[in-house]
Amino acid sequence: MPRHKAAVAAVAALVLAGCATDKPAATTHPAAPAASAQGSGTGAQSKFFVQADFDAQLAMRSQTPQGPTDKPWEQVIAPKMVDTAKYKKDGPYHLCFSNAAVNNPWRQVGWKTMRAEAGLHKEIEKFTVLDAEGKDDKQISDIAELQAKDCDALIVSPNTTATLTPAVTAACGKVPVIVFDRGVQTDCPVTFIKPIGGYAFGADAAEFLVEKVPAGGKVLALRILPGVDVLETRWSAAKVVFDRSRLQVVGVEFTDGDAAKTKSIVSDYIQRHGKIDGVWMDSGATAVAAIEAFEDAGVPVPPINGEDQQDFLQKWKDAGLTAVAPTYPTYQWRTPLIAALKILKGEEVPKMWNLPQPEVTSENLSTYLKPNMPPLHYALCGCEDLPGFPEAWGGKKS
Amino acid sequence: MRRALPILAVLMVLLAAIAVVNPFFLEPAGFLAFLKRAAPLVILAAGQYFVIVSGEFDLSVGSLVTAEVVIAARLIDGDESATAPVLALLIVVGLLVGLVNGVVTTKLRVPSFIVTLGMLLVLSGAVFLWTGGAPRGALSQGFRMFGRGGLGLLPWSVLILLAVGAVAIWLMRADFGKTLIATGDNVRAAALSGVRVDRAKIFAFMFSGLAAAVAAILLGGFAGVSAQAGQGLEFSAITAVVLGGVVLGGGRGSVLAAMAGAFTLEALFTLLNLYGISGALEFTVQGVIIIAAVAAGAIRLPRKFTPRRGDAHAAS
Amino acid sequence: MNLLVRGRRPARRGEAHGGLAARLREPTQVVFLALLGLVAVGWALVALDGDQFLTMESVVGIQQRSAALGIVAIGQTLAILAGSLDLSVAYLISLASLVAAEIMAGQDGNVVPAVAAVLAISALVGLVNGLVITGLQVHAFIATLGVSLIIKGIVDHLYDGPAGKVPESFQLLGYSRIGPIPVSAMLWAGVAVVAWFLLSRTRLGYRIYAVGGDEEVARLSGIRTGRVIVIVHVLCSVCAGIAGLLLAGRLGAGAPTVGTDGGYDLESIAAVVLGGTALAGGKGGVAGTVGGVLLLAVLDTIFNQLEINSFGKDVVRGVVIVIAVAVYARRGTRRPA
Repeated sequence: MPRHKAAVAAVAALVLAGCATDKPAATTHPAAPAASAQGSGTGAQSKFFVQADFDAQLAMRSQTPQGPTDKPWEQVIAPKMVDTAKYKKDGPYHLCFSNAAVNNPWRQVGWKTMRAEAGLHKEIEKFTVLDAEGKDDKQISDIAELQAKDCDALIVSPNTTATLTPAVTAACGKVPVIVFDRGVQTDCPVTFIKPIGGYAFGADAAEFLVEKVPAGGKVLALRILPGVDVLETRWSAAKVVFDRSRLQVVGVEFTDGDAAKTKSIVSDYIQRHGKIDGVWMDSGATAVAAIEAFEDAGVPVPPINGEDQQDFLQKWKDAGLTAVAPTYPTYQWRTPLIAALKILKGEEVPKMWNLPQPEVTSENLSTYLKPNMPPLHYALCGCEDLPGFPEAWGGKKS
Repeated sequence: MRRALPILAVLMVLLAAIAVVNPFFLEPAGFLAFLKRAAPLVILAAGQYFVIVSGEFDLSVGSLVTAEVVIAARLIDGDESATAPVLALLIVVGLLVGLVNGVVTTKLRVPSFIVTLGMLLVLSGAVFLWTGGAPRGALSQGFRMFGRGGLGLLPWSVLILLAVGAVAIWLMRADFGKTLIATGDNVRAAALSGVRVDRAKIFAFMFSGLAAAVAAILLGGFAGVSAQAGQGLEFSAITAVVLGGVVLGGGRGSVLAAMAGAFTLEALFTLLNLYGISGALEFTVQGVIIIAAVAAGAIRLPRKFTPRRGDAHAAS
Repeated sequence: MNLLVRGRRPARRGEAHGGLAARLREPTQVVFLALLGLVAVGWALVALDGDQFLTMESVVGIQQRSAALGIVAIGQTLAILAGSLDLSVAYLISLASLVAAEIMAGQDGNVVPAVAAVLAISALVGLVNGLVITGLQVHAFIATLGVSLIIKGIVDHLYDGPAGKVPESFQLLGYSRIGPIPVSAMLWAGVAVVAWFLLSRTRLGYRIYAVGGDEEVARLSGIRTGRVIVIVHVLCSVCAGIAGLLLAGRLGAGAPTVGTDGGYDLESIAAVVLGGTALAGGKGGVAGTVGGVLLLAVLDTIFNQLEINSFGKDVVRGVVIVIAVAVYARRGTRRPA
């Protein structure tokens, strides 16, 4: 039975090789406080709502960011700097990036911007990127795989907050980690980069409607889908604003981010209520479809918010709308690389890198509207000075 | 026509229920708006019907719709003069995709479920590979007209729907229809009796591709460029066809009933919305109704024609 | 699933009751040869790119990545072999991960009841699938699509984000490994061995092949075909439940989108047919499916290493699946019946 013995020996060797576990240490999940308020048709408050974060973000809107004004992606609001001397090493560097997905135009624009930024820095010798294709499980494996690639720093854009926390925690022990866009429930990353955030976005849009829509007016709120933290914060902030106002929220509907569905929903509401006096949206991707529903029904377009996508800005200008576009700037994709290089050079970085989050208003609309860019391009890409612009972003040289 | 009666009865009940809650529905404008909204799915269902009745599946229509919209936006790029040639190209692309699906299914003997699943992956990958991940360009007003505009009160999409429906019914009454049903009913018997079964199936796939192209023109026109214009439409179309009493496995069911199934599905969505059933539970209701409808249709059929096992076995 | 059958079926019927071994062997060899070839090609490509293929981490990664899909695909194999198919697995996985994490609620003591609850719920879903197909005479495609919509509605209604907490001890299922072999892969191997034993060494296995080969003939020869179909659906759903448990262990929580994000419904069917199991049923086996899953995982790893974007990936996957099935179809027809 030599074969059998060999098999036993092999198994024994495997066992001796060690029952290793790649599982990271425990992490604490902060309990989300449940805040509820009786509203004017806005429903119960989201369980994602955190009052302290809401207050902090709304306060940040009026603070002046530090750093070069012509490079908002290098600016920071109210920084608390951390020392990074222990990560200091000589270049050239190998940077790694675990990307959640490139499955929507926002991530596409951001990803192209990041790639171009990487090209700017000669000290980045290698930039290894794994795309998790929107799958939590794949991103967990990706992060584990990247740790074995001798990365000098690891950038993570998490697919979901709670489920990626263990994987990020594990990586923190081995390389300096930079998290951006969505956060994780641990403070082990060296820095967490994000624009001011979803509360500010939602509040900006809702405050605009409160100002422009006469008291008692009917507002329709359109959301993409429930349960996504970055979107829940936008709505929960808007809810707070609407609850304080004298506006009547006649409906909160989910559009799945589908233009046809958005247009149908808005048409139904116009039909049912005769008149809609304002539209609030948690993202601008289907704003144009909502506007067209009013046009096709032959009624004036009420005050509405969108986002910094070109098709919306173009429509805004052409139709002379009463509109506003809060943003969640794609230029934040440049910052992680800048942060990584700072950390590796031992320069201090903010623990929370809060980027400014400008608003497109009728006053500054013309500076953001770029007719040669594709309809789903985001104006706040901060990519105009990067090599390959505008062709790499799908635009045309004018 | 007789085959379509049960589903037409269900449709009438649903439409009446909608009218009770929303009286505007009874006005011409309200009803036309419903027809306009249903048009793309009804057209897709008609195309899917040809494939299903011939004993196959077409899972690629959803991503074909998305691909067509994205292709149109990039090629037209806001240029009115490009509208006509691009429209022609979209039709050709639809037919071509159907041709490939059909040829691989019949000549290479790969089950259509797999062929069209592969096509789904290839189309959605290839079109975004070409545009760099997100749609670019813009649709022209001329293109948008078909989904948005109308001839007076009558939306273009309703007229197109009527034309497609008429052609589909005429096709099924013609020799082609008989050939297709014979093929789906019993492929061997049909082949032995001189029917060119492969050709019939290839044509069926091409009609499905064509229907997807037309649906893409209407959807793109209605709502503009979107990276998810066709998301989930393949399952909706198959569900609609089956809801119309058409049997998966081929050989039975009428195209009129399939289109009525699509209307019923759309009416169901509208109704659930009107009655304010929570967004999520809508799916649960939908799932129960689909199973119940198909079960109700299946139980009346004689045992040997049960849908799960169809022709080749039953005939032997 | 007759609609998936090509015209050759009746001609090949004589073979349906032939040697089980002979039937299992052939496409499986093709899959594993292809797998070997792919590893070689991958090695060469990655080496040209100036990197190392099949490092310890990538080997562990391949296994971690394929374990959940692998377990679902084993269940799907059983359903497909019996001439059915299951489109409800993706939503069931999400549901299972949520049930597991919610019942565990971070307590070690709750692991056993949570696992029991998940298995019970999955078995129930499988039972419903099976009974709708056999009792209500609804085509498997529609029956399982309907059930998946029902589950989706319930999950979306109750949850709007990750929920529950999986205790440390259970997370080991998702992360631990013995040398280069993760526990999750061993679980997968265990499920595969059980399924292989069931198919090749038990009466039930024989009946599954018989029902998938020709339900009418199986019925006439005294097999209670309805019962076989119900059983394979229960087993298929239990496999999905196990995959849900595994993913809950990996994520540390339950997630309402983990099943659909992973595309486990269509992907598991693709893996099964890639492994040489006929979509019409009656032909194939678990060994091929394991090969099919590994093939997809290695393909993924190569794309990962070469950093090819996900759109290119989809194109290659689509083409590979169709070509593979076309090759099996050709091999099938050349042999005399």
